[in-house]
Amino acid sequence: MIQIRNLTKKFGGLTAVDNLTLDVKEGEVFGFLGPNGAGKTTTVRMLTCLVGPTSGQATVNGLQVGRDDTAIRRSVGILTETPGLYDRLSAEKNLTIFANLYEVKDVAGQVEKVLRLLGLWDRRDDLAGNFSKGMKQKLAICRALLHEPRVLFLDEPTSGLDPEAAKLVRDFIEDIKEHGRTIFLCTHNLDEADRLCDRIGVIKQRLLTVDTPANLRNRLFGRTVVFHLRYADESTLALVRGLPFIKNAQRVDNKIVAGLDDPEAHNPAIVRALVETGADVQFVGELKHSLEDVYLALMANN
Amino acid sequence: MNKIQTIIDKEWAEVFKNRLVLFTIAFMPLMFTALPLIFLYVLGKEVGNDASDLPPQFLQLCGEQLTGGECFQVFLVNQFLLLFMMMPLMIPVVISAYSIVGEKTTRCLEPLLATPITTAELIVGKGLAAAIPAIGATWAGFAVFAVGARLMVSNPLVYVRLVDPMWLMAIGIVGPLMAVAAINVSIIVSSRVSDPRVAEQVSMVIMLPLLATFFAQLAGVILVNMQFMMLAAGVLLLIDVGLVVLGVRLFQRETILTKWK
Repeated sequence: MIQIRNLTKKFGGLTAVDNLTLDVKEGEVFGFLGPNGAGKTTTVRMLTCLVGPTSGQATVNGLQVGRDDTAIRRSVGILTETPGLYDRLSAEKNLTIFANLYEVKDVAGQVEKVLRLLGLWDRRDDLAGNFSKGMKQKLAICRALLHEPRVLFLDEPTSGLDPEAAKLVRDFIEDIKEHGRTIFLCTHNLDEADRLCDRIGVIKQRLLTVDTPANLRNRLFGRTVVFHLRYADESTLALVRGLPFIKNAQRVDNKIVAGLDDPEAHNPAIVRALVETGADVQFVGELKHSLEDVYLALMANN
Repeated sequence: MNKIQTIIDKEWAEVFKNRLVLFTIAFMPLMFTALPLIFLYVLGKEVGNDASDLPPQFLQLCGEQLTGGECFQVFLVNQFLLLFMMMPLMIPVVISAYSIVGEKTTRCLEPLLATPITTAELIVGKGLAAAIPAIGATWAGFAVFAVGARLMVSNPLVYVRLVDPMWLMAIGIVGPLMAVAAINVSIIVSSRVSDPRVAEQVSMVIMLPLLATFFAQLAGVILVNMQFMMLAAGVLLLIDVGLVVLGVRLFQRETILTKWK
């Protein structure tokens, strides 16, 4: 759905995006992570034809950036960093203007549809300026969906929202994901990216890595299993360390924390070995590194 | 509804909700139309024969058909008609300053630029949204003045000198040219400031040549006649071309998003 090849953007002497190559599949929620000034918004702006690339190519929905700009703008929806609503106009008027600009056929019908979808229909006559931050964000999402775009670019969709409003927006993203839209999500919220994204790209001017959240964790930290025992000592730890598939192990109180590649295959053998030596296994669980750990490790390495 | 029409509709819906803008657009035509009519009414009753204070070349233009007092009446009302020409300058400046800077500060421009609208449609839409009220108000005001003057002036020759081809050209051609210049100056200024009032005040620099003409004629340095108006139209046309080129260059998506402060 989105193909990016060696895309670079320079502003004078400053390189905002450096040689970015990336593919986003149809129907995928792709998370784009990076610190402030990493080039996330510039990438979105290039892909939505708001700024031109200095070099490289990109296609969105089969259309080429730089050649089919108007067609690309027609086929994508964008939620910008700030909602950018006309505060003196009603919610309905705000959407009607954009429905006309996006050449929507049934303007009134489509405006009603998206307002109902986001639960704003009853507030359609209220001025956008009187809306709360969360409602403004919802209205901006309505605007991005007006023309039923196949690709949706969401730049920090939950930034500055209270937890309740942020959850509402996240739930909505999950909902539209199920409708098969491709979503390109720029976010600082690692928990949000972990929950919503099929794959994640980490950028700091250049692309540092791309993978699924689970694979990113595994690649950086491997998989870790915690065995909760009634009692554990150094001999228990030595037993686990002696197993051939264990990469590393340590004891924390009565727990054995072991690193291994394929827990599904090897956990039964470990449990068996522990039980055979008389250990009482109370629980076995996987220790999940947060995406924050992954992100911080990547940033530290770069 | 086409996109230009949508932009005009949006601009008017948004900008006219601003009381300051609405007041400027409503008050200015009323004032500039009423003032020359009030003078005509007052002077019409007490037209003397003293024209000694008039610039000699103006007196010469009046010829022998008008009395000194009537010539004075024409001269004075002509001054107000020059001020009347402020309308196509001030109204677009006020509208576009609030529209462009307002959109810039509320970050409304980026979603707008992300739509399939072309830069030309956007700039034409915004330009027309500012120009139509200005030109409309100027023409409507002049029409009211023409009707009012016809009713108030007793000597038809005075009327003929007030609503003459020069003023028709000024209102019909020079006015719109001035509006185009004002819109582009406003775009250029708006790209550099982040307060609509600052944009409005700085853009008002566009009025200086008009005020200079007003005072120069008052002092008898120049005479605003048909030749002057044609020259003004020619110069304005050239200035407009230059300003439009500069304005369009500044009103590109990338420039707006990356260079506008």
